[in-house]
Amino acid sequence: MLIVTEHFPVLVIVISMLSAFTILIAGRWNKKTCLPISIATISVQLFMALFILNQVITRGTIHYRLGGWAPPWGIEYVIDAFNAYVLVIVLFICLLTAIYAKRSIEREQPHRIVPFYVVFQLLITGLCGITVTGDIFNLYVFLEIASLAAYALIAVAGRRALKASYNYVIMGSIGACFYLLGAGFLYAVTGSLNMADLSHLLPPLYENKVVQAAFVFFVVGMSIKMALFPLHIWQPDAYTYAPSAVTVIIAAAMSKVSIYAFIRVFFSVFTTEFIRIYVPIATAISWIAAIAIIVGSIIAIMQSNLKRMLAYSSVAQVGYIVLGVGLYSTQWGLYGALMHILNHALTKGCLFLVAGAIIYRYGLWNIHDFVGLGKKMPYTCAAFTIAALSMIGVPPSVGFITKLCLLAASLEAVEYAFVAVILASTLLNLVYFWRVIERMYFVKGEGEEEKEIRKDEAPMSMVLPALILGSLCIIVGILWLAGTETPLLPVVDHAVNALLGTGVVAAP
Amino acid sequence: MMEWLIGEVFAKYNYWVSIVLMLIGFYAMIAKGNLIKKIIGLNIFQTAIFLFFISLADIRGGTEPIVSEEIIHMGYVYVNPLPHVLILTAIVVAVATTAVALALVIRMYEEYGTMEEEEIIEKEREMGL
Repeated sequence: MLIVTEHFPVLVIVISMLSAFTILIAGRWNKKTCLPISIATISVQLFMALFILNQVITRGTIHYRLGGWAPPWGIEYVIDAFNAYVLVIVLFICLLTAIYAKRSIEREQPHRIVPFYVVFQLLITGLCGITVTGDIFNLYVFLEIASLAAYALIAVAGRRALKASYNYVIMGSIGACFYLLGAGFLYAVTGSLNMADLSHLLPPLYENKVVQAAFVFFVVGMSIKMALFPLHIWQPDAYTYAPSAVTVIIAAAMSKVSIYAFIRVFFSVFTTEFIRIYVPIATAISWIAAIAIIVGSIIAIMQSNLKRMLAYSSVAQVGYIVLGVGLYSTQWGLYGALMHILNHALTKGCLFLVAGAIIYRYGLWNIHDFVGLGKKMPYTCAAFTIAALSMIGVPPSVGFITKLCLLAASLEAVEYAFVAVILASTLLNLVYFWRVIERMYFVKGEGEEEKEIRKDEAPMSMVLPALILGSLCIIVGILWLAGTETPLLPVVDHAVNALLGTGVVAAP
Repeated sequence: MMEWLIGEVFAKYNYWVSIVLMLIGFYAMIAKGNLIKKIIGLNIFQTAIFLFFISLADIRGGTEPIVSEEIIHMGYVYVNPLPHVLILTAIVVAVATTAVALALVIRMYEEYGTMEEEEIIEKEREMGL
């Protein structure tokens, strides 16, 4: 048993990949086996992730040598609190999506159930790989595995999704190529690809133009992958036209992993010293993030398609996380960013689940048609409302905490413009979510006053994941505000410390 | 001027070649309206990066990287094998990307009967999607 747990960092990837092939074979025999295999695999992975998280907190950073090769030559998997935190979030979202996907895919893609689950597992393989690896080239490979799976999953919907997926292929490949070029530059000057090794080798070379160019390539490449304004053009179409279940996983899990990679390169390969003195980029990306927040929110208000509105809202939410990263030098900046990763995974996951459930039951995607939906689908609409409140930042939700942290960080940095941006975006959030909630609950349809509206919910397997995510938004918020001893909160602290290299959990 | 040309351009021509190729590919990806031409641009872009990596590894007069005591003793230098291995992986990734992109173009051609980006947008508008 002891030996098995030691290998969890690599097993978490391997079993996902093996299950992809198992599903392919078992699915030929019987289509119904796909879902149980997928759910079982993800559950085991989630268990492993929780085990790893526990181990990281109690015993510190895990270093796993792939095949026993020593770090600078072999590939090393390094898991600190930040990796483990993101891994748990991602796998949790994947598990809920897998449960949700059953009915959704049966309806939307009845002929492609087996391929869907195969590619779905490959996507999870890529996402886990990005999260655990401590090698920049290995990260590139997993990034492309995840992206290729995502391209295929988006295109499954056909028609306009094909165009959306094609644009994503072109943009995403440019991003990945930039990342590869950055890795090449670093390899040219240091001869190493290991993140920890690089962070030791780079400091004397910080003035080198090649190193600075590599950093810029990394930042631009990852900005495309995580859809940071103004490099987000592929994102709204991809989110809107993808099958409902796929939208959930790319919006809630995959964008988080891209942001993880961005933050990892930012702080663990390069250091705060480099960003402060040699390429003073923090102010610039904070401003880009502020523009993303405002522009994303304003465009979201103008949309009538619910999924598209949520997609533009995601552009704004990525802005929040990057704003936190830009304000890393303050006490609450990075903390707010990491909390917002959790917040956005929970809330946007929930909102897209609901959007998919509404499409499943009534085929409605235009917000203007949502009149009276609050009575027809009470649980679904309740989940939507809770998540929307969390996104707006109403206490005691997680959204409130992240906005509080980011406000505190902006005040500490004496950047009152950002304070104004956060407050203004809260109002804008309120506007675009209120439009939906108002139609769900308060607007009466013509001639419907007498008629009794029949309750007709989406299936349990679709409503339950949304309700779980919705209630988690509130539960996490209350736990944080009450300051109770929960395992969650120290994790974020540990993660921040690990990134800034200040805390006890930093790599030895 | 001449010195700069000799020192920076001719001596490091491999880097210049990959920069030029990279820009050609990048231009094609952004400016071309034909979906296949965009993919060709993507391939040129990726290949340029591969060439950059491979030329990085080379040493003039380097031998194959089979290192033994004897060879080091005799003062041989050897070509770094690692970039080749990395690029082998990256080529696989590039092939997969191209395959996915081409598959998408085929499906779009079946759907819209054209491979020009503008015509597809026009048809989408006509269909009222």
